[in-house]
Amino acid sequence: MGLLSPTMQDLLLEAAWQTLLMVGASAAIAVVLGLPLALLLLLTMPGGLAANALVHRPLGLVVNAVRSTPFIILMVAIVPFTRMVAGTSIGTNAAIVPLALAATAFIVRLFENALREVDRGVIEAARAMGATRLQIVTKVLVPEAMPGLVAAVTVTLVSLVGYSAMAGAIGGGGLGDLGIRFGYQRFMPEVMAIVVAILILFVQGLQSLGDRLVRRLSRR
Amino acid sequence: MIRLAGLSKRFGTIGPLALDSVSLSVEQGEVFGIVGRSGAGKSTLIRCVNLLERPDEGHVEVLGQDLLALDEAGLRTARRSIGMVFQHFNLLSSRTVAGNIAFPLEVAGVPRAEREARISELLPLVGLETKREAYPAQLSGGQKQRVGIARALASSPRILLCDEATSALDPETTAEILTLIRNLRERLNLTVLLITHEMSVVKAICDRVAVMEAGRIIEQGQVFQVFTRPEAETTRRFVSGVIGHGVPSGTLARLPPPNPGEQQRLLQILFAGPGSTRSVISEATRRFDLDLNIISGRIDEIGGVPFGVMALAVYGESQRIDAAISWMRGLGLEVTEGIPEVRANPPAETA
Ligand SMILES: Nc1ncnc2c1ncn2[C@@H]1O[C@H](COP(=O)(O)OP(=O)(O)O)[C@@H](O)[C@H]1O
Ligand SMILES: [Mg+2]
Repeated sequence: MGLLSPTMQDLLLEAAWQTLLMVGASAAIAVVLGLPLALLLLLTMPGGLAANALVHRPLGLVVNAVRSTPFIILMVAIVPFTRMVAGTSIGTNAAIVPLALAATAFIVRLFENALREVDRGVIEAARAMGATRLQIVTKVLVPEAMPGLVAAVTVTLVSLVGYSAMAGAIGGGGLGDLGIRFGYQRFMPEVMAIVVAILILFVQGLQSLGDRLVRRLSRR
Repeated sequence: MIRLAGLSKRFGTIGPLALDSVSLSVEQGEVFGIVGRSGAGKSTLIRCVNLLERPDEGHVEVLGQDLLALDEAGLRTARRSIGMVFQHFNLLSSRTVAGNIAFPLEVAGVPRAEREARISELLPLVGLETKREAYPAQLSGGQKQRVGIARALASSPRILLCDEATSALDPETTAEILTLIRNLRERLNLTVLLITHEMSVVKAICDRVAVMEAGRIIEQGQVFQVFTRPEAETTRRFVSGVIGHGVPSGTLARLPPPNPGEQQRLLQILFAGPGSTRSVISEATRRFDLDLNIISGRIDEIGGVPFGVMALAVYGESQRIDAAISWMRGLGLEVTEGIPEVRANPPAETA
């Protein structure tokens, strides 16, 4: 890294850590919130194991609303909420709030699709064997959908890397922010190049890790 | 064991009834088949036995229990004594053979050691000792169905429901699976209710059969009875594909006309047991001075009972033919006048 000054190297390291933190934390939150929500959507849909339009419709609406709001607007729109949760509306921690929210809405639909792919016949077999709904969820739906769920997490992580670059707008920091501030605004093309290279490596790494995991889990 | 009374079911608010007041009783230890074309309502009916489908009307009694009166927990317990096997196996792709067989036991809260012991009992029963740790994707269709059967039997049910259990399999594997089901029935004293669109399956393992059409049972009885004396047209068509009952349409028109002063009569002769029909027929021609034209003949076995059907065109004087018929009836042959014509190649039925 002789190309960069020691200060710049520190900045890069810090930015990489911030990106990692934003992506990792918001993805973790998205998975934890997204899976139960996706299951809820699936079970309550018409013809589902616990069909309930009163739950399904509003939940679907909220998810779609969040999904269709451009991230940059979402980030600004939920500032009061962010302040409530993170105690502040700027900085890396604050950026995690809108990122987690967007990622949750994003992953819910991906999870829902993955769960929907589970063969109806297998669920029916479980019912015929006297399984409870909870057992069907934990022993059939989730394990059978696991490769699809992992693929959904991979897609979400990759998208989050992109979204996290926008978090610079509220002082979130991270690699994208660094690239714009130094590479673009201060005309340091080498910084931009390195930032882009790191992001590409990062995304590639995530993708191939995810793919490998999916392949290992997939028994079809 | 299974008593269904007046079951009706309609999907949606309009449209035809998928089940139209169906009543059926299956007795302890028997293999009962329901046969019918695709869409006849067979799956809907068998799914009513463990209430995967709830009938709009009617009564479902299984092992002396009124299933419709049970709450959810009661129904789950009841379902554990009713095993079910599916056309597309419906195995968990994420679990090994052992894991799949363990599923119903896990669901019922059976401890691990006991589950393992039970798996070790079941695997040899279905001939899969070497496949314990294989995943379904690594198995052939027949092996998958063996896993499906082992899984259905894991919680020691007294009833086995088979929904087109062999329809996704080739004929050879079908025969193997049917033999397996028959053997298991005997060893485990099971009562089997199976549905199929293939009469050959009924012929191979059923004791009694019901024929379904448009949500109704149009005919039922002992398999031998239904095969040898089908009443409804649909039944006749189903049966003809398997035992050559009737002759292809157009055959009768090509028969030679009778000589002047003589008659041509068409007879169908049914005999249980291989017997010496040949000599009966040649004796009849001599004794009554008749000409006989054998249009078709076939010897077959249903439920272990050998029987034959022969279609004859008889030429001769009217009274002589009458006399010959009474004579043959006197020998214990069943003689009916008229030969049903059926389409030569019934269209392939799909599930
Ligand atoms: N879940 C369902 N929703 C709507 N219609 C159904 C459903 N299941 C079956 N049917 C209809 O009920 C009739 C009987 O179907 P089914 O019992 O599957 O017939 P079979 O098993 O004899 O082929 C068919 O007309 C079918 O379209
Ligand atoms: Mg069917």
